[in-house]
Amino acid sequence: MSKWHLIIDVALCHNCNNCFIACKDEHVGNDYPGYAAAQPLHGHSWIKIEQTERGRAPMVDAAFLPTMCNQCADAPCVDAGGGAVQQREDGIVVIDPEKARGNKDIVASCPYGAIWWNEELQLPQKWIFDAHLLDRGWAEPRCAQVCPTGAITALKSGDDDMARRAGAEKLAVLSPEFNTRPRIYYRNLHRFTHHFIGGNVLTQNDGALDCLAGATVRLLRDGAPVGEAVTDAFGEFKIDGLEGGDEEYLLRLTHEDHEDLEQPVRLKQSVFLDDLQPKRR
Amino acid sequence: MRLQTLLLGVSWALNYTARRYPSFKQRLGEKEFTAQVKVKDNSVGRCYRFGGGKVTSRAGIHDSPDMTISFKTAALGVKLLTPPADHMDFINAMKNFALQMQGEDEVTQWFTDTISIMMTIRWDYGVDAGNGERRYTNITNGGPLFVYVKDGKIVRMTPIDLADDDAPSWTLTARGRTFSPPRKTTINPHGLASKSLIYSSRRLLHPLKRVDFEPNGARNPQNRGISGYEQIGWDEALDITANEIKRVKREHGHGAIMNSHGSHHTWGNIGYYLSAQIRFMNAIGHTKMALNPDSWEGWYWGGAHHYGNSMRNGAMEPYGQLQDCLDEAEMIVFWASDPESTSGSYGSFEGTPRRHWARELGIEMVHIDPYCNHTASHLGGKWIPVIPGTSPALAHALAWVWITEGLYDKDYVANRTTGFEKYRAYLMGEEDGQAKTPEWQEAETGVAAHTVRALARQWGTRKTYLAAGGKGTTFGGANRSATGAQWARAMICLMAMQGLGKPGVNFGGLQCGSPIDHEFYFPGYAEGGISGDMNGTASAIQLYQRQPHLLSMNPVTQQIPRLRIPEAILDGETSGYPLDARSIEGQFMGFRYPSPGHSRVRMMYKYGGSHFGTTMESNRLAKALQSEALEFIVNQSIWNEGEVPFADIVLPACTNFERWDIGEWGAAGGYSQHNQTMLNHRVIAIQHKCIEPLGESRSDYQIFTDILKRLGLSAYFTEGMTELDWCKAQFDASDLPQRISWREFLRKGYYVVPSEKEEHRPPAGFRWYAEGRKKDVPEPAPLPGEYGEQYLEGLQTQSGKIEFEAQSLKRFGQDPERPPVNKYIPSWEGRGTAALFAKYPLQLLTPHPRYSFHTKGDGKDSVLNDIVDHRVLIDGYHYWVARINPADAEARGIKHHDLIRLYNDRGSVICAARVTARIMAGVVHSAESSAEYDPIGEPGQSPDRGGCVNILTPKRHMTEKTTGSAPNSCLIEIEKWAGEEEAAS
Repeated sequence: MSKWHLIIDVALCHNCNNCFIACKDEHVGNDYPGYAAAQPLHGHSWIKIEQTERGRAPMVDAAFLPTMCNQCADAPCVDAGGGAVQQREDGIVVIDPEKARGNKDIVASCPYGAIWWNEELQLPQKWIFDAHLLDRGWAEPRCAQVCPTGAITALKSGDDDMARRAGAEKLAVLSPEFNTRPRIYYRNLHRFTHHFIGGNVLTQNDGALDCLAGATVRLLRDGAPVGEAVTDAFGEFKIDGLEGGDEEYLLRLTHEDHEDLEQPVRLKQSVFLDDLQPKRR
Repeated sequence: MRLQTLLLGVSWALNYTARRYPSFKQRLGEKEFTAQVKVKDNSVGRCYRFGGGKVTSRAGIHDSPDMTISFKTAALGVKLLTPPADHMDFINAMKNFALQMQGEDEVTQWFTDTISIMMTIRWDYGVDAGNGERRYTNITNGGPLFVYVKDGKIVRMTPIDLADDDAPSWTLTARGRTFSPPRKTTINPHGLASKSLIYSSRRLLHPLKRVDFEPNGARNPQNRGISGYEQIGWDEALDITANEIKRVKREHGHGAIMNSHGSHHTWGNIGYYLSAQIRFMNAIGHTKMALNPDSWEGWYWGGAHHYGNSMRNGAMEPYGQLQDCLDEAEMIVFWASDPESTSGSYGSFEGTPRRHWARELGIEMVHIDPYCNHTASHLGGKWIPVIPGTSPALAHALAWVWITEGLYDKDYVANRTTGFEKYRAYLMGEEDGQAKTPEWQEAETGVAAHTVRALARQWGTRKTYLAAGGKGTTFGGANRSATGAQWARAMICLMAMQGLGKPGVNFGGLQCGSPIDHEFYFPGYAEGGISGDMNGTASAIQLYQRQPHLLSMNPVTQQIPRLRIPEAILDGETSGYPLDARSIEGQFMGFRYPSPGHSRVRMMYKYGGSHFGTTMESNRLAKALQSEALEFIVNQSIWNEGEVPFADIVLPACTNFERWDIGEWGAAGGYSQHNQTMLNHRVIAIQHKCIEPLGESRSDYQIFTDILKRLGLSAYFTEGMTELDWCKAQFDASDLPQRISWREFLRKGYYVVPSEKEEHRPPAGFRWYAEGRKKDVPEPAPLPGEYGEQYLEGLQTQSGKIEFEAQSLKRFGQDPERPPVNKYIPSWEGRGTAALFAKYPLQLLTPHPRYSFHTKGDGKDSVLNDIVDHRVLIDGYHYWVARINPADAEARGIKHHDLIRLYNDRGSVICAARVTARIMAGVVHSAESSAEYDPIGEPGQSPDRGGCVNILTPKRHMTEKTTGSAPNSCLIEIEKWAGEEEAAS
């Protein structure tokens, strides 16, 4: 039996929040017996966009991470629900809006914090992959339909096929250490989890300072190369996908008309190195 | 004899319909009266007795009917009553008094409405969506939507997935790759949030009267914005309003009623402000609120002088640029351009995949903006932060590099432009001894000289598109500042130096210029819908000839600039320069208020959205609304927002989901002709009445009709047409009947206009100009009389060419802030104004919001409140977001999501701090257009926690001789806000 999955491309999400709004639109004021009771107007984010920012002017980037119930294959909430939470044959996890009433343990069971407590109804609630619509023949959940950048794709796939695809396309799940086998996969997750070293390179040209294009920047850690970039017309370079955690890197800059320049860089989080100026030969 | 048969047929049809439709039988039971229909000389007649849910009739003439319809001749009666009716025949007969109607409007309007309902009651609409749901269609500022309704309640709204039988999508081939857009419509957050706005707790559901307002006693205007409201009945509210209209005219005379309106709180050609509202205001006569070109400011007051395009308020032709850009361009420079936030206007996210394609093709991107905006952040490329208001200096330095390094199109400059030598002399410093070098600009702009040189060399050696403003072809914050006109002028001069119109050299950021069908006619909203207004709308261009309807004309010529409403009320006088698109020079014709012999305004009829969030130095407005100079304020609004709490009477209107309308996605017409080139598919939709109006709310059209009934003008206003009849009239006026039947359109809800065949696609804008050919893009502008030589040859300028020295400004000669050659004049409020800068060291940038459309969608308890980049929930209140740089935050002890007070001498606003490196140091970024005005104390004199940051922005015009807004020239200070108590101590 194939299961529903999402593949979310972090590099394509630009935080329009349409997925969040569509979830609100679908659930606020609407009861779907057997699937979900109505969501409160404010306070719940069954789909929630996390964000991070890296660097500083003039090299800043932002990344956005839509998160929601991971529809885990080994979902702790199913165990915590005592029969109130079910994993359907198509992989979608549904909290029964009647049976789960009063059971706050279900909220606590989710290591991702994706289950919300409806105080008024005394109900644990979460995103249900629009199971109620898929069961009526809808082709995809609303978050995928409203996404204008193509960042969210829904697909039905067998577990083995999905694992192969995840390997081939370098897809990742959030916090795999929780060992719950999520069915929400991410592409370009490094934009959210990893760091860059960037900078700009300048040179003296007849007494005026100019950007130096075409300089090669190599990054070494413990003597081993971990990244390489060439400066652009603005003299800028950016080496991405680096581990943070106070790692020590060595940056080596080479250019045919200039002497090599070396600089150690300690990387806690993304850095931008201003105005590197190698000496002219 | 034939007329008598037709008259008999009327009663037969009414009774037949009542037997078939219980709702119609119920309607027939609403009134008891006698109607007489006859030939004027009494030669033929029939009288009808309405009552008890049926109609009885007899031939002959009644002694004392409650209403009478008379035809001049029996032949005319036959003509008008023989189906299918031709509305042109009706209005011709009405205009010539050959068809007349007498009686109380309450009865006559009910009678004509009943006949309309009888004719349309069989019309079936919507699609069965299963599960007891019905699928309807509607349109918002943010795009079209399917609306699913169950048991009279809206369940959900979704963008439209195009069906297999909808027209195929276009494809285009560029650099060996074939591109085609996704087969669905996109939607902005403010459109997708519509359901929460319809069912908002802030809806006005009943007519209201301010508790201490008595029309025949104490009016207490000083308590506006303070005292509460009591619910009253519709009749009382309408009677008071109609009586006040009569009273102020009687007591004060011509021009005493002023109109004030928002522009964007609904979508649809019938209920829009330029349609039913103008028709109504014209019917009572009003002092008009003169709009400034607030989306186009710098282009209108500045850019147009160099290259014309006045009919677009100085914006450029948007044609063919998608193909040309993808084919040819090597670089796109986004300058004050964030289409991923502002969607160009109504472009939803249609441009997003096109910009992805450009990125895939390796087209380089540069973003010049004080904020690393969403387009920059999403697409990547080089971000160049620039100090707000200084972009013209950066532009001059680019031109200086091009000249000194020979990186400009000398042939184009020689043959397609005039006055370059004067601009060159300015740049070289031959006038003022200061060469406009990259080093010179660095002190102004904060952009390193080496970055400017690198950009100039890239640009000067690559075919480059310039996306100037959010639309790519105008708009954007940089044009709304003291230097806005300078910036727009500089953009045009730069492009002229690079050969504007040559392959790959044009304006645009892939937001406009898609290969849609440009000829298929459906009226854009600026064509005035049912307004019949030849002066105030673009109706005259096409719609008036196509849709039979009566002319409407405002008898009052007096007007007040929107930006000077407070002065007009408080000082009793003001002045302005007009938005007149006919010519480049129309803007020079200054006007004064009050006009000679006119009354000052004594009554305000406010319609639509909130103005606090969009009026510079907004505290002025609160004070003006409390003035006794305004004897009466009526506010017709959907939500309790903005100025509503300052009204004496509140008339609750419904949304466009609760009444009939019709429209086309993104179609503006008028100043934005062919605005749909922003879209990937043209979608025209009937905007179904999805649900009944909530509470006691009524459609705007109904409210206007109900007031006009009390003035004897309802038949003139409605022409016997319901809103649904008008939708049909728009349908018939368009090209739709050639492609889809009314019946199918009503059922399915929308029609997708097939894209232009490849061989018919227009060439890129300005290509004709670059190549010295006759104009060959499908743009009916400029006016024929604006051409200097042969028709269609050259631009609208005096020389017919791009003028580096603008001859129109030279002839005007009265504005030292707009010299004929564009020169850098530092902002009158900015880092260069030392004394003020010392006191208020931060610049405030107030671009359009990303999640709401102006005030539409913001506040009002909508789900948008829960988007943390829009508002932040702190201590139970949703605060507006202000973005500050980490260094500025640290210097003031401010942390992420602290409450902060933004302030200057004009007032203060409480916001939630978002600490972000995406905004350059020294600049605070907080969007304009908060819909909430929520002063914590006395209105107009206390901090606002609603988020109307325009409280802080200057009312000063861009230049003394323009009525251009300049909110982005604003200095403030911020501090951590510890709460009201501490502030008071």
